[in-house]
Amino acid sequence: MGGIDPILLLASLMVASTPILLAALGELVVERAGVLNLGVEGMMITGAVCGFAATVLTGSPWLGFVAAALAGGVMALIFGVLTQYLLSNQVATGLALTLFGLGLSALIGQSYAGITIDRPPSLNLPLLRDIPWLGPIVFRHDVILYLSLAMVVAIWWFLTRSRGGLILRAVGENHDAAHALGYPVIAIRMAAITFGGAMAGTGGAYISIMRLRQWTEGMTSGAGWIALAIVVFASWRSGRVLLGAYLFGGVTVLQLNLQGAGFRIPAVLLSASPYLITIIVLVLMSLSRNARNATPGNLGATFHASN
Amino acid sequence: MSDTLLSLRGLTKVYPAVIANSDISFDIGAGEIHALLGENGAGKSTLVKTIYGLHRPDAGTMTLNGQPYAPSEPRAARAAGVAMVFQHFSLFDALDVAENIALGMENPPPMRQLAQRIRDVSNAYGLPLDPARILGDLSAGERQRVEIIRCLLQDPRLLIMDEPTSVLTPQEVEILFQTLRKLRDEGTSILYISHKLEEIRALCERATILRLGKVVGACDPREASARELAELMVGTALKPPTRAAGAGAAQGEVALEIRNLSAASPRAFGTALSEVNLVLHKGEVLGIGGVAGNGQDELLLALSGEMRTAPGSVLLAGEDVAQLPPNERRARGLLAAPEERLGHAAVPDMTLIENAFLTGAVREGLERHGFVDWRRTRGFAEKVIATFDVRTPGPDRIARSLSGGNLQKFVIGREILQDPVVLVVNQPTWGVDAAAAAAIRQALLDLAAKGAAVIVVSQDLDELMEIADRFAALNAGRLSGSVPVEGLTIGRIGLMLGGAHDMEVARAEAG
Repeated sequence: MGGIDPILLLASLMVASTPILLAALGELVVERAGVLNLGVEGMMITGAVCGFAATVLTGSPWLGFVAAALAGGVMALIFGVLTQYLLSNQVATGLALTLFGLGLSALIGQSYAGITIDRPPSLNLPLLRDIPWLGPIVFRHDVILYLSLAMVVAIWWFLTRSRGGLILRAVGENHDAAHALGYPVIAIRMAAITFGGAMAGTGGAYISIMRLRQWTEGMTSGAGWIALAIVVFASWRSGRVLLGAYLFGGVTVLQLNLQGAGFRIPAVLLSASPYLITIIVLVLMSLSRNARNATPGNLGATFHASN
Repeated sequence: MSDTLLSLRGLTKVYPAVIANSDISFDIGAGEIHALLGENGAGKSTLVKTIYGLHRPDAGTMTLNGQPYAPSEPRAARAAGVAMVFQHFSLFDALDVAENIALGMENPPPMRQLAQRIRDVSNAYGLPLDPARILGDLSAGERQRVEIIRCLLQDPRLLIMDEPTSVLTPQEVEILFQTLRKLRDEGTSILYISHKLEEIRALCERATILRLGKVVGACDPREASARELAELMVGTALKPPTRAAGAGAAQGEVALEIRNLSAASPRAFGTALSEVNLVLHKGEVLGIGGVAGNGQDELLLALSGEMRTAPGSVLLAGEDVAQLPPNERRARGLLAAPEERLGHAAVPDMTLIENAFLTGAVREGLERHGFVDWRRTRGFAEKVIATFDVRTPGPDRIARSLSGGNLQKFVIGREILQDPVVLVVNQPTWGVDAAAAAAIRQALLDLAAKGAAVIVVSQDLDELMEIADRFAALNAGRLSGSVPVEGLTIGRIGLMLGGAHDMEVARAEAG
């Protein structure tokens, strides 16, 4: 491949995938609890702008990420109160949250447009970083990226091995039965929703603080929607979410490199390719019988404890 | 008399506009099987939910083993030794048996130990269970076993069972009773909720009867007759349905014939029909029994026309209707009333007038030049309401606003008044109070006496024994041959329904 460095390509693949991975992992937990929050895009962009602003104001990107997680969490709480306590429709509320987030972030970001921040330091992993090939690809990244990978394992363990995860899945599967057994359905769902918002906010901030190091309006450019799609096609399993997110990130980076290297494929087609390839692969994966039964039984259903 | 385990004093629970429980007081003894009897809406469910901590009473106190007992949530109730088997199972289809059981326990052991305990306890009580199976694949009887084992693993002092036998075959009921008696002998108290009087007379030592939220009586059900219990429950004397003399005895012409009907279920987790054969004569009531989920819904769909089947498989008075849609069948006199009232038999948010139009348009001529004839439709709806004593302020009310029993009278009456040649009803008295159930059964008998052929699909065997001339059993999508009801025993019916599947009777401890 003329002009494309495979090591650099793989390393930037991981960076490009991390925002979607974070947001999708958050949404995975939310949907396993039976809530469909279509506001991921809105929470991501709000996290992106708040994280960037906090980084500019404090000079610390880590405080920026904390601010982004809080901002995403607050956005999610709005969604949670509307859907869980005021029993509004989850689909409509989620869409409204995305529109709200896009508008709000544009407003907050007005005074931050055009500012560029320094690249936050990578984690210095002695010895490991010097392994040929593997070192530059895997061991020269920042702490948030490793955190996202740790979350893949942590969420898998939580959902399949822990009692808390079992209760969360039970609430998503059949909220009436969970309520009859005495589990606090609304409280569990609010916790999941807030967690999902914090993850989406962190993912958004990864774009503005780590990848682009600046703020532009609408900079998440649909990453939240891709995260939503990946959760579904990954049949609500965290390992497959990782696969889907890295596939999307990988094709994104590859097509940018191909465009840069001047391949004779129409740029429009290349730009569309990450979306197309990710959807096709995940649809093929989700065709198996097991995957089709994986939908949480009460996904998107409104819970109201009647007597 | 045995020591008192739980005593209730003056329990009252008020909902907006309804007093669900009013000043309820009674005692449950240690090691006693205590029946709680009452009609739908008598306040049984509210009362047991109070005992189980699902809601708090507005007034009154409970004492458990001499200690004040006021659980604020089910966990507190479970910690105090109160366990409950729910009427509508509190189970999770996508999870496996062990996970379902762990969810109902306070401090479940690690999964591997739990799986072993499930095997041990379920075998000890004759209710074998494989902890690794996914719940969605289990039969209704097996699901109930999961609920019971979940309770037993916590060594409860009081076990509450809410209508536990409605999904079981008679043999499975007998096994359940053996298990319950064994538990009682070990000192566990059981609060047994049911409206099946014969079961209560066979199982329980004491009974408390509720009506309209109040305690109206207590007795030893072994010494009272089923008739006396029923009249305490309902508050009036009951009139059993009567048949016109000679009805059903004479073999009329063939009204409906099903030949080698096989069809896959259109629903997920449905049951395929397999080589169903049936001949139905005019003036005859055929009862089809079976445990839920053995093809009842599919048979109704195949007859109503919602599901088309192979040509020649459904013959109405000799004419092949297997490929005809519902309205064509209605025009020829084949009418059906499905089990699910809201959402299948009636559109919940439409008025009774609109619902009357939906199935009555063809036979009652409620349509004029492609438009709804509202005047005639209203007239038809009012006629149904008046004839079947549907309690509603008027035909403009939406279907959802009616109580279950009243809506059931409406949807059954709507078909009966269309003067069917063949009427198929599924669970005609499900969730209906005794007086309304008696009225519906009488109407079905009257219809048959006028020469129509009636198929009643029901899980209530007593109902089928009461009104059917012939009986057939549906088991795993296959229909048995039909036999006359006269002289048929419950035991024989149980065998026709597929017996006890793989359950075994709990053996009494040696000694």
